[in-house]
Amino acid sequence: MNSIELTSLSKFYGKTEALAAIDLAVAPGDCLALVGHNGAGKSTLIKMVLGLIRPTSGRAVVMGYDPMSAPFNGIRKKIGFLPEQVLFQNNLTGWETLTFYARLKGASLKDLEGLFHRVDLYEAMNNRISTYSKGMRQRLGLAQALIGSPELLILDEPTSGLDPASRRNVYSIINDMKRNGATILISSHALTELDDRIDRVAVLNRGKIAALGSIANLRREMNISSEIVIHAPNDTMKILSRHFEGKFFVNGAARISCPADKKISFLRELIGLDIPLSDIEVNDPSLEEVFLELARKKAPEDE
Amino acid sequence: MNRIWTLVIKESRDGYRNRWVVMLTLVMTLLALTLSLLGSTPTGTTSISPLAVTVVSLSSLSIFFIPLIALLLAYDSVVGEAERGTLILLLTYPVSRTEVILGKFIAHLFLLTIAIVIGYGIAGLTISFAGEYGFADQEWESFLRLLLSSVLLGAVFLSIGYMISVAVKERTTAAAVAIGIWLLFVLLYDMGLLALLAAGSDGGINGELVKWLMLINPTDSYRMFNLTSSSDTALLSGMAGLSSEHRVSDTSLILIMLSWTIAPLVAAIAIFKRRQL
Repeated sequence: MNSIELTSLSKFYGKTEALAAIDLAVAPGDCLALVGHNGAGKSTLIKMVLGLIRPTSGRAVVMGYDPMSAPFNGIRKKIGFLPEQVLFQNNLTGWETLTFYARLKGASLKDLEGLFHRVDLYEAMNNRISTYSKGMRQRLGLAQALIGSPELLILDEPTSGLDPASRRNVYSIINDMKRNGATILISSHALTELDDRIDRVAVLNRGKIAALGSIANLRREMNISSEIVIHAPNDTMKILSRHFEGKFFVNGAARISCPADKKISFLRELIGLDIPLSDIEVNDPSLEEVFLELARKKAPEDE
Repeated sequence: MNRIWTLVIKESRDGYRNRWVVMLTLVMTLLALTLSLLGSTPTGTTSISPLAVTVVSLSSLSIFFIPLIALLLAYDSVVGEAERGTLILLLTYPVSRTEVILGKFIAHLFLLTIAIVIGYGIAGLTISFAGEYGFADQEWESFLRLLLSSVLLGAVFLSIGYMISVAVKERTTAAAVAIGIWLLFVLLYDMGLLALLAAGSDGGINGELVKWLMLINPTDSYRMFNLTSSSDTALLSGMAGLSSEHRVSDTSLILIMLSWTIAPLVAAIAIFKRRQL
């Protein structure tokens, strides 16, 4: 049985389609990242997995139950969730906050100290949250999600706004949870914030899954062209435009796109022309651009 | 039940840390003391219990003050948590939306009760000890009725406050609606009734109808409940002339206020269950 299984899950807000017939399965112990820019449907998907909103059509089964059904309430103590943005009550201490959440889950309070250690908040646990920095608040949120060693951990943008060191810490915690056998669903708007420890990535775009696979696989599959920018005098431009396809005279430069595996032969040919050039840039697509491009290809704009 | 209790403890602690309770109790005590000490001066050597005077003046104060405080406590409770992101988090825990509302209601009513009992209690005790009137001869029954009905009045407006809080999308809207509701109940409604009476002064207006129209408003029920609580309070408030057929039984008045507590609370839970997160 999969931990999460979504079958042609759709959600409309009025006439706006937030999610369009999503099919997605996450096996127990799997770590899946949802990637997509703001408004791509990540939060909607997460809310439906958590049973916070009702799907317009389709079916969600989480740990064997429909999240909107009554028996799912019994499953909730096995789920840890970190919302995208959460501001805990400033006038309570970190300890009081986690105690409250642990009691609601029926989890033992004895493990809380260990949790505070785990997220580096042990020294600050008896301070009011109003004295916490942004990173500390985020870590408190993470500790909250880890209460009771959840079997399913759902983290909405856990690393946004964190410095690289804290981000590494988050991923090491995620890794520990994975080793304990937890299923992890993590969302991010930036691919650059993800980590290799993630098993699979689902790219969401306009409510549809644009790509699904491991980071390495996706990178290989998507063979996107590099862009070569040549700065040169006007006379040279004319010669260039006779030889290559592309855009010329853009601010005194030529922009020519070139498949990644043809870059060397292109440059050889260019040098072979023996013409005066003032500068040359080769722009390889970043991983981020690869995904944006992919999103564009798979889900063409409706307009 | 355990979970509701957890919610109640957290909510009360939050109110306490916010200095809400302290502020509330202090303001209540000060206002109550000022009003009752001022109010007790003119009684002079009459045979009216000073505590009865206090009950009359405090109930007039409560009609304005308690609904305002209750609405202030409640209007923010759900919509504020929604804005801070803690509402979504809370609902992923094994708690139902009904439990969330009930937990808040119990905690807030508890805070309000503390403030009322301490604030009015201090005023009542001061008055009863200050005069030459015997401690046991005071109108204690009227005073107890004042405390109880004030708590009930608070409960009414807490429930209405939650109904506002679950129905709107933004805190500022909730605040505006809460102020509007307050004005409507404590001011505009009675003004409207007065206008109705004035317009129909040449007869033709059914007195019975106007009476029930008035009592439908929980603040008027509260007023009636306290001003007619004894012959002393009735005399002081000009209610003594009320013929017995125009009297309304305490049970009916309490029932009106109870319905005003339960109906908005049930509505709040129903709306909350349908709220998109």
